[in-house]
Order: sequence, then C-alpha cells, then structure tokens
Amino acid sequence: MAELVYDKNGRLLFTKEMKEEYTILIPMMLPVHFKLFEGVLRNAGYKIQLLTNSGPAVVQEGLKYVHNDACYPALLVIGQFLDALHSGKYDLDHTALMMTQTGGGCRASNYIPLLRKAMHKANMDQIPIISMNLVGLEKNPGFTMDIGIIRRMMAGVVYGDTLMCLNNQVKPYETRKGTSTELLDKWIQKLCQQFAHGHGISMADVKKNLRLIMHDFSAIPEKKVPKIHVGIVGEIYVKYAAFANNNLEDFLAEQDCEVNLPGLMNFLLFMLEHRPDDMELYGGGPAAAAAAGVSKILFQYVTKMQNAITEAFRSYPQFLAPTEFSHVHELVDGVIGYGAKMGEGWLLTAEMLELAECGFENIICAQPFGCLPNHVVGKGMIRKVKEVNSKANIVPIDYDPGATKVNQENRIKLMLAVAKENMNGTNPTK
Amino acid sequence: MKIGLDVGSTTIKSVVLDDNNQIVFKSYERHYSQITEKMTALLTKIRDEVICGKEAKLTVSGSAGMGVSETCSLPFVQEVYATRIATGRILPQTDCIIELGGEDAKILFLTGGTEVRMNGSCAGGTGAFIDQMATLLGISLDEMDELSEKYEKIYTIASRCGVFAKSDIQPLLNQGARKSDLSASIFAAVANQTIAGLAQGRPITGNILYLGGPLTFLKGLRRAFDTALKTTGTCPENSLYYVALGAAFSSEIEIDLDTALKNIASYGKSGNFRSIEPLFKDQAEYDAFLERHSQCKAPRGDLKTYRGPIYLGIDSGSTTIKAVTMGNDGQILDSIYKSNAGNPVPIVRNYLLHLYEVRPDIKFAAAAVTGYGEELLKNAFNLDYGVVETIAHFTAAKRFMPKVDFVIDIGGQDMKCFKIRNGAIDNIFLNEACSSGCGSFLQTFANTLGYQIEDFAKMGLFAKHPVDLGSRCTVFMNSQVKQAQKDGATTEDISAGLSCSVVKNAIYKVIRVSSAEELGHNVVVQGGTFLNDAVLRVFEKEMGVNVVRPDISGLMGAYGAAVYAMQKSLHRDGDSSLVSLEELQDFKHEVKVTNCGLCNNNCRLTINIFANGRRFIGGNRCERPVTKRSSIGADIDLYAYKLKKLQSYVPMPAGKRGKIGIPMCLNLYELLPFWHTFFSMLGFEVVTSPLSSRELYIDGQSTIPSDTVCFPAKLSHGHIMRLLEQGIDTIFYPCMSYNIDEHRSDNHYNCPVVAYYPEVLAANMPQLKGKNFIHDYIGLHLPGEFPKKMRKILNSHFDKPFDLKEVKFAAQAAYKAYDDYMEDVRKKGDEIIDKARLEHKQIIVLAGRPYHLDPEINHGIHKLITSLGAAVVSEDVIAARMKREPVHVLNQWTYHARLYSAAEYVSTQSDMNLVQLVSFGCGLDAVTTDEVRSILEAHDKIYTQIKIDEITNLGAVKIRLRSLFAALEQ
Repeated sequence: MAELVYDKNGRLLFTKEMKEEYTILIPMMLPVHFKLFEGVLRNAGYKIQLLTNSGPAVVQEGLKYVHNDACYPALLVIGQFLDALHSGKYDLDHTALMMTQTGGGCRASNYIPLLRKAMHKANMDQIPIISMNLVGLEKNPGFTMDIGIIRRMMAGVVYGDTLMCLNNQVKPYETRKGTSTELLDKWIQKLCQQFAHGHGISMADVKKNLRLIMHDFSAIPEKKVPKIHVGIVGEIYVKYAAFANNNLEDFLAEQDCEVNLPGLMNFLLFMLEHRPDDMELYGGGPAAAAAAGVSKILFQYVTKMQNAITEAFRSYPQFLAPTEFSHVHELVDGVIGYGAKMGEGWLLTAEMLELAECGFENIICAQPFGCLPNHVVGKGMIRKVKEVNSKANIVPIDYDPGATKVNQENRIKLMLAVAKENMNGTNPTK
Repeated sequence: MKIGLDVGSTTIKSVVLDDNNQIVFKSYERHYSQITEKMTALLTKIRDEVICGKEAKLTVSGSAGMGVSETCSLPFVQEVYATRIATGRILPQTDCIIELGGEDAKILFLTGGTEVRMNGSCAGGTGAFIDQMATLLGISLDEMDELSEKYEKIYTIASRCGVFAKSDIQPLLNQGARKSDLSASIFAAVANQTIAGLAQGRPITGNILYLGGPLTFLKGLRRAFDTALKTTGTCPENSLYYVALGAAFSSEIEIDLDTALKNIASYGKSGNFRSIEPLFKDQAEYDAFLERHSQCKAPRGDLKTYRGPIYLGIDSGSTTIKAVTMGNDGQILDSIYKSNAGNPVPIVRNYLLHLYEVRPDIKFAAAAVTGYGEELLKNAFNLDYGVVETIAHFTAAKRFMPKVDFVIDIGGQDMKCFKIRNGAIDNIFLNEACSSGCGSFLQTFANTLGYQIEDFAKMGLFAKHPVDLGSRCTVFMNSQVKQAQKDGATTEDISAGLSCSVVKNAIYKVIRVSSAEELGHNVVVQGGTFLNDAVLRVFEKEMGVNVVRPDISGLMGAYGAAVYAMQKSLHRDGDSSLVSLEELQDFKHEVKVTNCGLCNNNCRLTINIFANGRRFIGGNRCERPVTKRSSIGADIDLYAYKLKKLQSYVPMPAGKRGKIGIPMCLNLYELLPFWHTFFSMLGFEVVTSPLSSRELYIDGQSTIPSDTVCFPAKLSHGHIMRLLEQGIDTIFYPCMSYNIDEHRSDNHYNCPVVAYYPEVLAANMPQLKGKNFIHDYIGLHLPGEFPKKMRKILNSHFDKPFDLKEVKFAAQAAYKAYDDYMEDVRKKGDEIIDKARLEHKQIIVLAGRPYHLDPEINHGIHKLITSLGAAVVSEDVIAARMKREPVHVLNQWTYHARLYSAAEYVSTQSDMNLVQLVSFGCGLDAVTTDEVRSILEAHDKIYTQIKIDEITNLGAVKIRLRSLFAALEQ
C-alpha cells in the first residue's frame, strides 16, 4: 500500500505508487468534455472516476463543510466530493481527489485550500488532493501536467467544443427527437475507445475525426423553424454545469430556443495569454520572460488546434463555427482592457459581444451570487456591450443555494419575451 | 371574452374583457399562498357569473402563475411584458412605468429605447418589505401611510434589502424615534432603492406611471417617489390590474374553463420538493420530549407574600421587552414578556405601576437592564446597572447549569451564541445583518400565511414532509417558500421547514460548526424562539445532543439581569436608584431629532428628555455630543492618525501640467502618498476627492451596475462625481492586478474588485465621456520597469510628452514617499502600543483593508473602541512585526496576507486582541475570516468579526465589543 508522504509544509502528496493504486475522483463540469477528459486521463494511466452525483444532498454537504459565503461553485464541487466519499462507494484509503486550479487573483484559486479545510473537518485528511493547473502550483510526484497530459487534454477540448457546438445547433431542429444526443453519445464512446488504444490524439487523428463528426452531424435530418437564439456566458462552472445553473440549457430548450454556449478553447487561449500580456503590461525579469515564452509556444499549439476546428467547419457553412480567439480578442478592444484577467476576465465581456455579433443577441450572463470578477467583467460591462451593439438583450442571473428557480426563470422569461418581440419584429402594444 | 389572470407573490388579480375590450369584471385579493384554491374559486366564479357559457380566452401571468400555467398548459405571459402591453393600449403616451409588487420591483422605459428592468434576487425593498416594516412598527399599512404625511425628519435607512433596513429601524425605534418619521423614511428608502437599483444611471423623465398594490394604496409612497424623481407621476385608474389587463389583451387561445379547472385542481399534488424527515414520529415521541424539557424549571415565589429584597431585571430586546421581578433566592416573583410595539418606555412604566399596584409597599434592592434599549431605559427610569446581553445570558444560564459550556440564544432579531471556557465567555457568535433568520422571521412568515405565530409553530411538529428550505436570508426564503408551495408543500411542511432553516442558519452560518463536539456537551438554549418546540427539536436533531431549555427560555436575559443586579448590589448599602412611584405617575418622555455635526460621521441623534430633566442621546458613535468635548482617545487611535495623515496630502498649486484628480477610494487610500508625490513631481496639481459621506454616495449611486458589489467599491462612483463637479477633466485611477509585493504571500494580487473597478466606472458613468480618465493597467510591483511603462501610458493621454528621465525621477520620489508613509504609520503605531502599555490599556488590532479608514465605511467603529477604553492600531503596523508564516489557504493577496501575519502576532501578545472588519459582500473574506479565526483560536485568542455595510447596526457592534471586553476582564 502506498505510503503517505508529505511535503515540507505538511501537504499530503500524490505519489507515483498512488497513481497505480488510487482512484482519482474528478467533479463534473461540462458533460461532453469531462467524459472525454476521463477517457484521456485513463489512457495516461490514471484511474479516473468522473463524479455525477447531484441533488439536494450534495448541496447540504457543501453547506455543512464550506463557509456559506464562499462561492457557489466551491460549495457544489466540495459538496459533490464529500457526498461521494460519504456514500461508501469508495475505499477512503485508496481514493484521491482532483480539481482544477487557475491560480489567478480570483478567490476561485482558493477552492483547493477550501476543499482541504472541508476534508479536515470531515476527518478525511488521508485523502490526497491534486491540483490540476498550468501555473506550477502544488506539485505532486504522481501527477505532472507534462506535455503528454496537455496534448491529451487538448484533444479532449477540441472534440468537446466541436461536439457541443454541433449538438447545440442540430438538436433544436432534428426531425426525430433524440437523434443528435444519440450521435453525441456515440461519438464520445467512439473517441474514448480510440483514446484507450492511444489513438485520436495526434493532429492527423484529430483532423480525421473532426471531418467524420462534421459529416455525421450534417447528416441528421432537420426541420428549420425560427427559434429564439440565446447565448450563455458567465462564470465557467455556473455557465456549464447543469447542476449549478438549474438545468438552464434544458429550460431554454423547453422554451423553444437555440442555445449557443461558447466553448473551452478560447478560455484556454485566454489563460495562456496571461504571462505574455503581463510581460507587455508590467515588464519582468528573465524568469518571467522565459515563462512567457513557454506560454507563447503553448498558445501557438492551441491556436493550431483551434484552426483545425475552423477548417473542419469550413465545408459546412450551415453550421456556425466557434469564433476564433483572434476575433474575440479584437472585438473587445476599447471596451475593456486586456489586463482584466481574473476569473473569466475580458473574455466574458468579449463573449457577450461575440454572441451578439453572430445573431445570439439574447444573452444570459450566469454567475454565482456575489461573484467578484463578474461585478466588473459581467454585470459591469452590460451597459457598454449595449452601447456597442444596441440589439444586445442581456439578463444577468445569480445562482446560489438559496436562489430559487422561479425567480431565475421569471427573469429569463422576461428576456425571452423581449427576444421574441425582436425576432418577430412586432410590437404587441399596438 | 378575454380573461387575464395575474397570480403574483401575495395577491391574485383577474380581469375579464368583453369583445370591445371593456372591463366587465375585475377582482383583487390576497391569496395567502393558497394559490390553486384561490385560482379555482376565482375561475369558477368567472365561469358561472361572467362567462356563462360564452367563448373564453385565457392568459395567466405573474411569478406564482408561472408554474401553474406550465403544468396546466395555459397560455402564459411574463408580467413585466404584460404591463407593457396594457400600457401601450391604455396610456400610449407613457414614457416610463414604475411598478411595485409584493416582492418584485420593476421599471419599464417605453420611449427612447425600450428597456425593462427587474430587481435581482437580492433586493427585497418592495410590498412585502413594507408589510414587514409595518409589522415591526406595530401599525397597519393605512396608519403608516397617514403617519408618513406628518414626518419632520427623514432617517437614512439601508435601501438595499429588507433585512438591512430592519436592523436600521430597530435601533432607531429603541432610541425613541417617531413612527411618523420612520414611516416616511421607509417609503423614501423604497423609492431610493427602486430608482438606484433599477434605473442604473438612466434618467427617469416624462410621463411616469405608478402601478401595483403598494403604489396604489400608499400615497406616502407615491410622494416619496415624486420627491426622489423631482416630478409628479400618475397612478391611473385600474392601476392594480395592468398585468391582468395585459394578460387579457394577449389572450388569443380559446380555453375550456372546465378542463382548465380540473387541471388546476390536480396541480400541486406532485409533492416533488426537497424534504427532510418528520420532527416527531408520533405523539408519544413528542410527549417524551416535552417530559424531558419540563424538568428544567426556575424557582417561583409569590410577590404578594414574599418578604425580602426584590431585584428587577429588564431585557429590552429588538422586538420584545421582558422583565423579571426576583427574590433573593433567585425565585421569580413576577414577569412580563411583551412586544415592545416600537417603544419600550411606556411598557416598562406600566409594568412598574403594575408592581406598585400589587405590592404598594414594594422596595427594590437593585435593578439592571440589558439589550438594545439598555441605555434608553437606564436613563428613563434611573436603573442601577446596565449589562451587556451576553453576560446577562451567561449569568442566567449558570443558574440552570453551572457547568454550561455553550449558550445559544435566538431572539426576535438577534442570535447570540457563545462558548464558555474556564468559566469565562470565550467565543461570541452574533448573527450578521444579512442572516437575521430569527424569531421575527418566523413571525413574519406566520403572518403572511395568515396565522398567529404560536399556532403556526405547532403546525410543524407533526408535518409529514418538512420542506428543506436551506439556510439563507429572509429575502431568499420568501421565494423558496413560494417554490415549495408551488411544488405542493402543505403549510405544516412549511412551518417545520422554516423552523429547520432558523436552526441551520444558526449552526452553519452564524456559529459555523459541522459537528456537535465543536459546541460542547453542556448546552443551554434560550431566547423566545426556542420556546417553539419545533425549533428546539430541530436543533437537537441537527446537532445530535440533548440540550437544556429552561422553562423561562424567553426570559433569560431579564432573569440574568436580575441576578446580575443582585450580585452587583450584594456589598452595597441602600436601595435601588429606581424612580419613585410619584415620578412614575408623573412620567414624561419627549423625543427630539437632530444632527450632531461635530465630526464627519454627522450622526443622526435622537434626544430623549424625561420628566426630571434626565436626557438620553441615542444614535451617537462617540461621546462627543454627550460630553461636548473632542473625542477622548484620539491619541491612541491609529485610524484617526492615518486619516489625518492622508488629508495632509494637499494639492501643490500652480502645477505646470494642470490639475489631475485622484478619487479617494479602494486601494488609492494607501497609494495616495505614492501617486500624490509622483504627479506633483511631474508638475501636476493633484486634487483628491473629499472624504466620503452619505450625500457623496447617493450622488454616484445611480451609476452602480451591480447591487451586490461591496460598499467600498460603490462609493467610488460618488468620488468620481465629486472630482467632476470640481471641474477636473483629468482623473487618474489605475487598474492594478498586482499590488506592491510585501513578500509575505505566494503572489501579491489585489482582489478582482479593487483590481478592475476603474473599468466599471469607465463603462457605467456617462459623466466620464469626453474626459481624460486614465485607468490603464499599471504595475507598481516592478519598480525597475514602472517608469518605462508609465511614461508610455502618460504619453498616450497627454499631448505634451514626458521624457523618461523626468518620469524616473518622479517614480523614485514616489516609491520613497510611499515607504516613508508606511514607515511613519508604523512608527505611530509603535508609539500608540507603547503608550497603551504604559497606561495598561487593552490594544485592539482593528484589521481590515486600507480603505476601511474611510469614516463612511468604518462608521466610526474605531472611536467606539477608544470610547470603551482601548487603543486602536491597524493590521499593517502589526503585520510588519511578523515574518511570514505558512497558512492553510492560498495566500496571494497583499492586503489579505497582512491579516494572517497580524493574527499570528496578536496570538503572541497577552494585551492585544484582533477585531476583523469585513465589508459585506467581500468574497475574499469568506476565505480570510476562517483562516484568521483559526490562527487566533489555535492560540486561545478570541476572534471577533464585524461585518460592515452601507449602513451598519452599531448596536450589534457595540454588543460584540462590550462582550469582548467583558470576556477579557473575566
């Protein structure tokens, strides 16, 4: 059995032996992407288990073990871990937890310490916690974000973004309900099988798979009827995780909308731009310059992957391709500074502009109640976005354990009523 | 015919239109959350009496109607949208609509770009809020409306959320403020909030329409809106029915009413809501529970026959007043427990008269008072002692359980919990302004649902599926309850669920424990709310311990005060100084309201004058209005020193490059020495905005886009306004991701709000259009790089270029000025510490952020501390005495890192204690408070936290501080 090893500050490490013996739990955020991540990480030799437990019990665990003023995502993710660990399904001496950590100036970078505090309160100090980050926080001998892992994860992002984007565009119009979802599931399965055999990760494989995916989705019979176009932006967890946003996408589908959810790719590129941007804005020594150099190389690599998506979409003009980073970047020029990096930073503002530009001017800006960066880049920029694009019809929605669906849906419905009026070009007051 | 049904949060409205769109029927009534029943009754009536078999088209609207319409497949139209439709048909010349409902507030701009705005989920200042306030004042809505006409003064009342406003009004009531002034102030607060929160900078002009219940029924409220908008709006005919009318107008689909009725009747039986297990399995279990708790009884005596010294204890709480008359064996001879109806004075007078009536020869040995009304009553009746609540409760608890190690008291407005270690109060938890889920919360809900609190509480005992409502504040709870009702929860389930949420709020939000062990084994519960068996049961279940609830649970404060009076007077000769019977019969109480004006806080004072010339001044933060002398303790107050020091940075006149304005907000508080020097050296005349004030805040309020951002950030809008008013066209307020690196953390960030707030100002203040607002991203953490980067920025904003040498020179001076300032403050801090030690004074490290220096933000808390006899220093001074220590959080913000260092240092000093100031809504402090607490507690230090906001209930702050000092004394 793997020995418990601690670093000099007393942090329990995830060792190489643990990699062999332990099951690593990861919390769910984006259903498509995370299933693929599970696949690629398994291929890299980790026993990964994606958590899908949800419901009131998870919220209760969160409320019990996390400071109630901490943000909602922290509460849910930690609640999800504890609910799973308390379920009896896992051998607590052979389980580790993994969570992403951005390392930015937002309090989200403190989720890992909050998780550790919660685990301590719950008397589960023996469980190692792995931070998955790109900035070198908390190193572990048994898990390194090396180029191999990064390549695999990147492939996951490319497929995830593409599949999510296509499914969102096809599902509302499919003539037979469920066709698009079936195809989506089929592809996730297929890709995971490829990963298991070490395939599907190289650029050539990616390009080939993308072509096939595009082909398959374009073949789904559709009936185009006018639907309200709604874009969703926001704090990354609340924006994507159905559990956090009270099944926002399903609700919008019921309301007869087509939903556009910008993918992860641009968020990654946005993150990779931090160091070079900081260099540019504030300067720095040789070490900072070197780190910025590494970021730039990664940035170019990810851009190449993004180009592959754009290319795949080119032959299918019926589909709206995910907006390229360079364009999103350009859109926000003069609206908010590129130095706004914390949380989703300027990218959130840019995504509102992007959505409004490509016909999704009805926008839900989703955030945890009291989200710090969103005071600035979300709610703080709505006015400016409307100045740039007067068609923008934006509603900010706060999520937290106490906020009710009724309140949220009522506000969304108001936004939709205005959207419908704009779509039909009618004025009901006459 | 067309039917429009508007099912709102508290009322149900209907309109039936004939084929010429004329109203043939309308109705308006409260639904007491019996939504399906009322809908059924109403539709049946319409079917039988109005439609009579004709063709009918129906549309539903309203927040509570949403769920019903969906499940019953009835056409639905969103209520704001419906209002718009109706207005377009009826009064098309309208420019703007203001509509207040039970729980919603909306503004619709119709001309010049249609826009609809609706309050977010954290803004309760609406109909339900006014109801709550009326309950609090103990008057009806009509009375409130009438009274408001006779107002003389308007008090500032937090306009953000009902809970906040409540904690503002309560102390005012206790200080003796007039109900007429309060009524008008409440209306003004609602108007203020609606306009500021929803208009967000867009001017409200032209033809304005007032709609909805509150604006229809309350002319005082309309007057408040007129005043705030500087115009006269109209409240049209049928102003209650606009949503229903809009729904009726949009009815296009024919509905078979019989089918609809059948669907509605079967709706809500789903039972699909989160529930927890029943409180009691059966009557037997309940009986056993009652039996166990009935054993804990206070001794009793008979006032008429008792001979011996008599002690009086009074607990003047937030909503109730309690008094105990006690004999020298601790036996209760007489007691009262009453609602204070907004003014405790006449109630105490009547009680004393009653005692004289029963025992004409009564003589009191001593009398003590505790609670919010302590000072007022002490002065009114010349009582011997005042005692802080926590000590009163602890004193009482010890009578029942000498070894008590945890006391939890839930009263009407307050929740007080404390741990006891080695016979002394150790750790105090009080509820913050935001989570006042206490007794009055249950009461308000009982009333909204149409019950008396006693009956309502009992209903929950045997509920089959108590609703799980979470542990949020009252405002959220309203909609949570609505949702549960929609999902078919019964009133019993809701009653039990509410009791449960009170307990969860206490355990998880206020005390923050996750297991019973953390509480201790000898727990005494008390306070009026624990008289409620459901609450007690939930508490025991949730914590898994059996606790002691004295039979005088609601009287414990008063009982403790009586015991305290007895203990204090034991070695004293003579009787109580309590007023005589003659004086009581001749009792007079007059109230005057004025502004202090002796310092920046400009407290609104309430002066109470009693018969023999005794006076009591309420509302003051320091002793100045009482003693008329400049506040004592300024020489041991580092906050006062720092503020004065910052004010010494005055403009250097005749700058060759003209004027540049710096708003005194957020991080600029600490960086002023840097920027002032930097720009002065470059030849600018540096003008700073004045100190914050209420007026300054209000001036900028309408441009704040996010109503949940922290108050310090909100103030910056007002500072920009002040600079612009002074004709300053160049304003400097940089974005700064990074702060100066003090090498005590892994990174040296600013928090996201501090870092980027200038972006919000630039995007949301139209006043800044065309001005030179310099808000580029600047890094001071790299002094070697700064001049180059800064020069480029400056050159992009000014025509006359800067050369690098000049900027380098200015930067050098600026870094030095910053270091000098920090050093000077540290030196002064050291001086204060030395002086305090020489005089054997306690030293309080008031730890927050640099901008907590702002008197409008700290509300003079530092003065309150010095008035209690302690010295005040700030965290930066203390942090400097400490090397970096490892912490259990990701330590990456410069300001926050100081807190951890300060806490570490305080832990090593016996005469120092740390009080943490936390701005409401500060997300980072959710991380820091737990860590600071654990650092202090690891060293057996008491952790005290004070949450501050736009308006702060200084009463609660005082309790905290007094309890802290009382604990230190023990």
